[in-house]
This record gives sequence, structure tokens and C-alpha cells, in this order.
Amino acid sequence: MKNIVCAFIVIALYSACKQGSTNNTAKLPILGNREPVTKTVDGKQVTDTTYSTIPAFKFVNQYADTISDKSLDGKIYVADFFFTTCPSICPVMHRNMLNVYKEFKADDNFRIISHTIDPKYDTVPVLKKYADKMGISGNTWWLLHGTKEETYQIAKNYLVSVQEKKPQGEYIHDGYFVLVDKQKRLRGTYDGTDPAQVTKLIADIKTLKTEPDQVNAK
Amino acid sequence: MKLAFFTGIVLLFIMAVVASCQSEDQVEFSRYYSGGSVIYLAHCQNCHGEKGEGLQSLIPPLTDSVFLKTNRSSLACYLKNGLKGKLTVAGREFEGEMPAVADLSPIEVAKVLTYITNSFGNKSGLINLQQIEADLKNCK
Repeated sequence: MKNIVCAFIVIALYSACKQGSTNNTAKLPILGNREPVTKTVDGKQVTDTTYSTIPAFKFVNQYADTISDKSLDGKIYVADFFFTTCPSICPVMHRNMLNVYKEFKADDNFRIISHTIDPKYDTVPVLKKYADKMGISGNTWWLLHGTKEETYQIAKNYLVSVQEKKPQGEYIHDGYFVLVDKQKRLRGTYDGTDPAQVTKLIADIKTLKTEPDQVNAK
Repeated sequence: MKLAFFTGIVLLFIMAVVASCQSEDQVEFSRYYSGGSVIYLAHCQNCHGEKGEGLQSLIPPLTDSVFLKTNRSSLACYLKNGLKGKLTVAGREFEGEMPAVADLSPIEVAKVLTYITNSFGNKSGLINLQQIEADLKNCK
């Protein structure tokens, strides 16, 4: 009797797993604060959820082109924060980011943006030189320059923490890669120093691209 | 069955003899090398990579055995004082700055350099503490 019960449990668990894996409508979560909004549509009260989104911004990329939130309309993108003279986590982050770049560089509806948190040293020509040395060209991966205030302010919207210099003269910042969808909502954060997490990021971008919301967005 | 047991004992004995026959030098090398791998992970790997591959044209690789051999007696000073300016490694030119890894003790420098010069396709044997102490005296 006991055996039969055990067997039943095993079968039940197995079929539960199977159902999960054959379900192809995988959806990424939406991160950040959300608020219910009650509107009146056609005389009826409708409650909808609004998600926090990346606000309007304006920065300059390594080609000295102005890049604003509009430049990313209709694009899925990944954001991170770095500086070119960073001795600690940046090389490993961008070694991993290079894999993301190679995977999607043919896709015009995808971008990578890396904000420098040391705008005083990382001027536009410095960023261009860094891009050249990294072997990145075209418009897939933008290295963005802005004032310190603007950059530090926008970091908060990506839930990334950056701070002023430590006493030893180093900046402290998170090594997160943040995935943003075409509606500028946060859809995932990944530790950019961990190759396994970055592999997951690449898989998640592919999943995100198939979501109806993203396919239909202009 | 008894025979198999006996053969097993003999084999174990032979293995034990071989292991203990490992030369003093070999043990010394292993101690430096394995200590060095931990220091590499903590101080070098972020930039130079898990396989010493470097990063594109930004950070030179550590796979150029000829470079390591030619500059063998300067390597300790590179770690202690950092390195700045143009550098040709593996036939490619690099320009930038490597920060000094100043907090390493001479024995740690010896260990990590033993690790680097015997990994990633390099094979140039032990760099011991005496060697490093002599090299450090000649830093420019």
C-alpha cells in the first residue's frame, strides 16, 4: 500500500514538472514600484496597474551623438554603470557584456548602454578610444557621458547603487546589468561579474523578445 | 579473492613509495603554484581573465611566453610599482596603465609569478623568494 502511495506521489510530481516545462508562455517579471490607477473609461470605473519606468534623459555617446530616451523607443536594452579606469569589476563586467553584444549586434531593436560614473576623466574621446580597444563599433553598444548628477540620478531608476569616491580614490558601484523592455520597464537585474548570470540574461532577452507586448510595440 | 586483496595492498604500497619519492623541488614548486593560484584569483583575474586571455586590446594577455621570459627579472617590479605606457605583447601593442599590486609581500609575489609563468601555456619553472628579493632591489 505504502509503495503505491509513493509511486502515485512520484508520478504526480513528475507530471507537475512536465507541465511547467512544456508551458511556453514564459514571461519575465516586471520589477520596481507599481501603483494602482483608477480611471473612468466609458462611464465605468477601471483599475489598472502602472509600473515604474525609466524617465526622460539626455546623454552623449562615444560618437558625440545625443542619446535620449527617445533613441531607445521601440528597443529592448541593457544598462550598466562603469568607468574606463576601473581596476576592479569593470573589466570582468565588460568581458561578459561582450558576449551579449556579439549575440545581438545584428538586431537593430536592441541596445546596450554603459553610463560612465567618472565623467571628468571619461570624456567623449576617452570613451571612443575605449570602444575601439574593446573592438565595439556601430550603434549596438553606446558608452554614455553626462554630468555626474544626471548619471547618479538615473542610476537610482535602474535600482543600481553608485557612490562618490572612496578615500583611496576609487568609485564604488554595483556590477549589475539591468534589462529594460520597450515600455522602459525593468524586467531583470543580473550580476555582470558572473558569467552564468550573463548567460541567463542572454536567454531572458530572447524570451522577452517573444512577448506580445514587445512584438507589437513600436 | 585473497590474491586480489594482496595485490591491492602491494599496489597501494608502490603508490605510497612513488608519492614520497616526489623530489623536494617538486613539492616546493607545488606549494608556490597552488598558493599563487589563490593570489591570482584575488588580484589579477578580473582584468587578465581566468585563462590569462586579457581583454580585447585593453588588457594584455599573460599567454606570451617569450615576453614573460625576456622580462622575467622585471616582473616583480611590474607588480610592485605598476606599469604604464606602451607595451608589445603577443605581437600586439597595448597602451594603458596597470595599477600597482602594492600590498603583496615578496613571498606572495613569488607565488603568483610562479603561477602565471607556469599556466596559460607557459612553463618556466619556479620563481622563488630569493629570486624575487633580488629582483625587487633592482626596480627602477
